[in-house]
Amino acid sequence: MIRHLLSGADLDAATATQILDTAAEMATVAGREVKKLPALRGRTVVNLFYEDSTRTRISFEAAAKRLSADVINFSAKGSSVTKGESLKDTALTLQAMGADAVVVRHPASGAPHRLANWVDGSVVNAGDGTHEHPTQALLDAYTMRSRLGRLAGLHVAIVGDVLHSRVARSNVLLLSTLGAKVTLVGPPTLIPVDISGALAPGTDVSYDLDAVLPGVDVVMMLRVQRERMNDSYFPSAREYARRYGLDGPRMRRLPGHAIVMHPGPMNRGMEITPEVADSPRSTIVEQVANGVSVRMAVLYLLLGGNNR
Amino acid sequence: MTAYLIKSVSVVGAAPTDLLIRDGVVAETGAGLTAPDATVLDGTGLVALPGLVDLHTHLREPGREDAETVESGSRAAALGGYTAVCAMANTSPVADTAGVVEQVWRLGREAGLVDVQPIGAVTVGLAGGQLAELGAMADSAARVRIFSDDGHCVADPKLMRRALEYVKAFDGVIAQHAEEPRLTEGAQMHEGEVSTRLGLTGWPAVAEEAIIARDVLLAEHVGSRLHVCHVSTAGSVEVLRHAKARGVKVTAEVTPHHLLLTDAKAETYDPVYKVNPPLRTATDVAALRAALAEGVIDIIATDHAPHAVEDKECEWAYARPGMLGLETALSIALDVLGPQWDLIAERMSRAPARIAGLDGHGADAAPGVPANLTLVDPAARRTIEPAELASRSRNTPYARMTLPGRIVATFLRGEPTVLDGKATK
Repeated sequence: MIRHLLSGADLDAATATQILDTAAEMATVAGREVKKLPALRGRTVVNLFYEDSTRTRISFEAAAKRLSADVINFSAKGSSVTKGESLKDTALTLQAMGADAVVVRHPASGAPHRLANWVDGSVVNAGDGTHEHPTQALLDAYTMRSRLGRLAGLHVAIVGDVLHSRVARSNVLLLSTLGAKVTLVGPPTLIPVDISGALAPGTDVSYDLDAVLPGVDVVMMLRVQRERMNDSYFPSAREYARRYGLDGPRMRRLPGHAIVMHPGPMNRGMEITPEVADSPRSTIVEQVANGVSVRMAVLYLLLGGNNR
Repeated sequence: MTAYLIKSVSVVGAAPTDLLIRDGVVAETGAGLTAPDATVLDGTGLVALPGLVDLHTHLREPGREDAETVESGSRAAALGGYTAVCAMANTSPVADTAGVVEQVWRLGREAGLVDVQPIGAVTVGLAGGQLAELGAMADSAARVRIFSDDGHCVADPKLMRRALEYVKAFDGVIAQHAEEPRLTEGAQMHEGEVSTRLGLTGWPAVAEEAIIARDVLLAEHVGSRLHVCHVSTAGSVEVLRHAKARGVKVTAEVTPHHLLLTDAKAETYDPVYKVNPPLRTATDVAALRAALAEGVIDIIATDHAPHAVEDKECEWAYARPGMLGLETALSIALDVLGPQWDLIAERMSRAPARIAGLDGHGADAAPGVPANLTLVDPAARRTIEPAELASRSRNTPYARMTLPGRIVATFLRGEPTVLDGKATK
């Protein structure tokens, strides 16, 4: 097993599949009356969050607690971080407290890589800047596999602000490792340069959502911040929604079996309409539940695999 | 004043000869020289270059003496084979008045290890709004001739035009940090495949090339001299080639790191590789090397940029850009160009001395010439250990790399500043 989970690229097909299989076992725990396993008793997991992300933090917190780990939530807001303590000094503090794993969310791309140099424990990237969010990609893959029965050969459209999306980067890497085909869709201003060479050969780019929809098994809508229009990425929120938003008529262009995903939080009316978000095709609520199972699997394998 | 007799040394790659240094000048050259009063140095296997001249050095004093001082930077320069460095203006306070440039100049004289030639800011506070008192700096004891807002681009085209025109009165030159600021908002590294993978905001090549294209046209229009700092892209080389063919009075520099390293170094997220302009691609490196050999790029300048540990031991986006260069530049040049001594002397000493107007520097050892020279052992190889550097800072991108060449001795007007690879003071 790997020591850290910093990027979707850290996972080969066998390791990723092992995580997904383990997550399926973990999911059975959620159905029990006592939702707890003793696997990580006596181990300490620190949630080090430099960005507000209640959903991701509580997902990791629930995962660690269900495995009986001791959980310390270290939020940058209102802590020594706001007084300007460096990431390195924080790392040394966590190290001294004996953290077995540090789950880190940070606004700067690469911060988890830096942290991994300074702590002995495992580092899990819970989202870094505009770089990656590998456990999101794992839970997305888990959700696709649960709904559609496989990953190899699936065609997945990832739609929206790919340029600023850590979810998109991790998904492209992991999905291509697992044999799915990815098409990135968005206005040219929000598609980063050299994406195919940068992430995975064979990744397609399209600027035409309507043309892509009939041929996909999965459409994953990314959150698009309205403020991007102030930086000229698109003219207005309405034009964005007209060209790249997923509404009812567009959803009906999808093949019958296709699913609609969104990592949340959604901008209803921007990239996705309520009709689509609340439709039976939508996996958005499932993704949240699957997130706990997948994060349990990641913590279990990183911590259990190392020192047992 | 001690006389020095250097036996059997190759002057810029020529057949070995003896050099007698006395009273600050090269007194005699030729085979079999004797001088009973002189200290004899064995120059066998060594190459004597004219003392290197750096057109682009950050000495950090005044303001960030924790990162570098005029004295520590001067020592690093001497150990790197330099006899003159041009100190950039982005200090705190900014070198935008006669008082500050005279302070830096005086500190350089007191250190006495290299000639420190201050560069003056183009605009007040480097803010890009209003011309600094360029004439006052030119007329000061520091005799400033190069003006630069380095670290910031003089982005306003009207202000750039006026600056280019104004300094003609005292044969000044504007050294431009070419970076269109609107195209590089939040930029962290070269925009390309690696920035896409790493999720770091891209610094597109066109942001440099667009400013160089504009500035060569402005320089042509007003008949002024323009110097382009740290050229980093293949496209910039093409713009410069075109401008030179038209007869524009433009000169350009490239840094050692842009000749050797690529953006792939960012993969570690270690900000020791964060620099502005950023490390580019292998294609750019190849184009820069060819342009340097050809003369489209006139000189190597270090952009020596010391930074305190805490400004580099952090997240990439929060780190300051810049890397050390003075103590490794000649080794990088040797590594990149090979033992083309005349070319190295031209690009690292003669041409920068001409651009800066530094009389007494940039002249090959010959009778009557000021004894500003450095002795290089081209056969030596050394492994770069950050802790052993004379700079106060440790942000070298070459840590633990083994590089060719070693500076054995450096002479400033006949006085050794380095002997046996060690600074004399």
